[in-house]
Amino acid sequence: MLEVTNLHARVVDAEDGEILKGLNLTVKSGEIHAIMGPNGSGKSTFANVLAGRPDYEVTEGDIKLDGESILETPPNERAHKGIFLAFQYPAEIPGVRPWQFMKAALDSRNEAHGEKKLSVREFSKLFDSKVAEVKINPDLMKRSLNEGFSGGEKKRNEMLQLAILEPRLAVLDETDSGLDVDAMGIVANAVNALRSPERSFIIVTHYVRLLHHITPDIVHVLADGRLVETGGPELAEEVEREGYKRFLSGQEAEPAPAGA
Amino acid sequence: MTTAAAPSPTIASYARDFDELKKSRGGDASPLLASLRERAWSEFERLGFPTTRRGNELWKYTDLRRLDSEAFTRVSADSIGDITAETIRERSPWSDDWHTAVVIDGQFVSALSRNLSVEGLSISELVQSAADDGQSVDLALGKLAVIEGNPFVALNTALFESGVLICVADGAEIERPVHVLNLFTDGADNRAFYPRTLLQAGANSNVTVIESFVSLGAGPQLVAPVFEIALGSGSHVRHCRVQLENDRSVHLGTTRVDLPANSEFNSTTFATGPAIGRNDVHTRLSGEGAACTLHGLYITNGSSHQDNEISTTHEKPHGTSHQYYKGILAGKSRAVFSGKVLVKPGAMKTVAQQKDLNLLLSRGVEIDTKPSLEIYADDVKCAHGATAGHVDPNMLFYLLSRGVSHHEAAKMLIIGFASEIVDEFEPAPLREYLYRKLEQIVPELESEGIL
Repeated sequence: MLEVTNLHARVVDAEDGEILKGLNLTVKSGEIHAIMGPNGSGKSTFANVLAGRPDYEVTEGDIKLDGESILETPPNERAHKGIFLAFQYPAEIPGVRPWQFMKAALDSRNEAHGEKKLSVREFSKLFDSKVAEVKINPDLMKRSLNEGFSGGEKKRNEMLQLAILEPRLAVLDETDSGLDVDAMGIVANAVNALRSPERSFIIVTHYVRLLHHITPDIVHVLADGRLVETGGPELAEEVEREGYKRFLSGQEAEPAPAGA
Repeated sequence: MTTAAAPSPTIASYARDFDELKKSRGGDASPLLASLRERAWSEFERLGFPTTRRGNELWKYTDLRRLDSEAFTRVSADSIGDITAETIRERSPWSDDWHTAVVIDGQFVSALSRNLSVEGLSISELVQSAADDGQSVDLALGKLAVIEGNPFVALNTALFESGVLICVADGAEIERPVHVLNLFTDGADNRAFYPRTLLQAGANSNVTVIESFVSLGAGPQLVAPVFEIALGSGSHVRHCRVQLENDRSVHLGTTRVDLPANSEFNSTTFATGPAIGRNDVHTRLSGEGAACTLHGLYITNGSSHQDNEISTTHEKPHGTSHQYYKGILAGKSRAVFSGKVLVKPGAMKTVAQQKDLNLLLSRGVEIDTKPSLEIYADDVKCAHGATAGHVDPNMLFYLLSRGVSHHEAAKMLIIGFASEIVDEFEPAPLREYLYRKLEQIVPELESEGIL
């Protein structure tokens, strides 16, 4: 489904160099990949580059979705193709209601696919059922998007959008940061409920704890702009025990501490 | 050496209007009104149009030289077109439930007006009421909108032929809004209109007044309305002002409000359209514990210009005032926010806030924003601020990333910015009308590709 080859990227117009330095990743339909890495390794950059954030430019390499390059595809059309980014810091948007936002999002995707738009009644039914599913406080839905939401409520609102839009490839950018155990459970449930052979996930995280609720198929370690190691869930456990020291440049050769 | 400003070449045209008005009426039935008009005319002749901007702080950013070269003439009472109730419903904010005074081309039209009196409320034609009722109207008229020093109050006072008087009895709670609808027909170019409204709200009364200005045609016109609002002690007046004239017109509006003890005045304005627009509002907190909010939204596009001259005077202790304006500027348009708060000696425990936020959609726009506080009392809490910014790229990306098109996303953000003010408009049919207007106006804004 997703094929990332030799991806290099940097902040647009930035003097300092690349953040991604030759990242390779293949995600097949139905797979859940976890990308772990220390702060500053390029995790969020990668998540945002996948979604097409204009602040970054790809200087080398390619991102292919179903065999076609999406580098030139604007963010809204990437969404139509089924890419979804759950933001680490979702923007607060005055005067735009969550219902209105999601209706516009779903309408534009349906339009792009030549499908019929949902009527207000049909959409409201869908919206209300998803609100109940992700257990977000319905009172928040009367407010402006994310305005006055707590950190956990913002993340839950991202999960609401995920549940409504049902993307083919969901990228969760540190969705677990700042969440308590209950909120973590909600996020995990939302993801687990959507697991299907047609849908893939990339879970970007610093910590292993979310991966106790969502079992990934494949775990990668991202360090200094490259995926430096790939393994199964046991790799995440190793990171939890030993940290990222082994993966940082100049220390690759060091053996794991005895007794690990 | 000083040189006296040459009188405007167009003044003669207004002088003719003044003479004709006198002749046509055979003079005002109310002698007080007649003498007020004479005084007003002399004052206007003395002042002329404020086209000299240097050293004239009130008009520093608004260029009125157009009024020197282009005369706008008064229309006589019999020129009202054949406006039907359907046209009115289609083109203006409307609900059959409201108490609506329909004013067409400056003339009160009772046949199209609705629900003009209920218990505690009476709405009538102002000039006739001054003649019938004498004293109470006469004494109030011109008390708040003082002609001295203000050319457009003077011009309106000299030339208004018809007006609206709204009286709310002491203690009356008027459930449904009063709407003064000013419609301008699609007639000859360069007509001038002088809508005049007086609201007398009794002690402890409660009323909502909608004041709207709608052009049915596209020709240039001058609209110079004056609205005087005299609150009673302990009364509460909500004021919704909707200014939607065409882009060749000039709108120079004046609102004057007096707030005695424990009264409350909440005003929200929606202004867009005219080539030159000015909304000059002054509230005077003349009694202890009075509270006022002056909020507004202005949207300018093309080469239009909107000037917001908003001022509040605190004269007595424990008053609160809140000025909050938001602007959306596109094309090569300009806007001015001149907010003033004056806290007089003795107005202790005053709380005053001023804020002006602007969303700039193109590089060619200019906003002159100058919130100012002048404080002569101790123990007050005052704050002011102003900002100007562009559409936030983070917000835009958030919307785009969910599949919403660039155009739709920008539209949502712009209307979202406006909604904080628009949501204050009550009742719901008025608010919904304004949102429909926004859906039309916003996509037409010249935004250099943001939209």
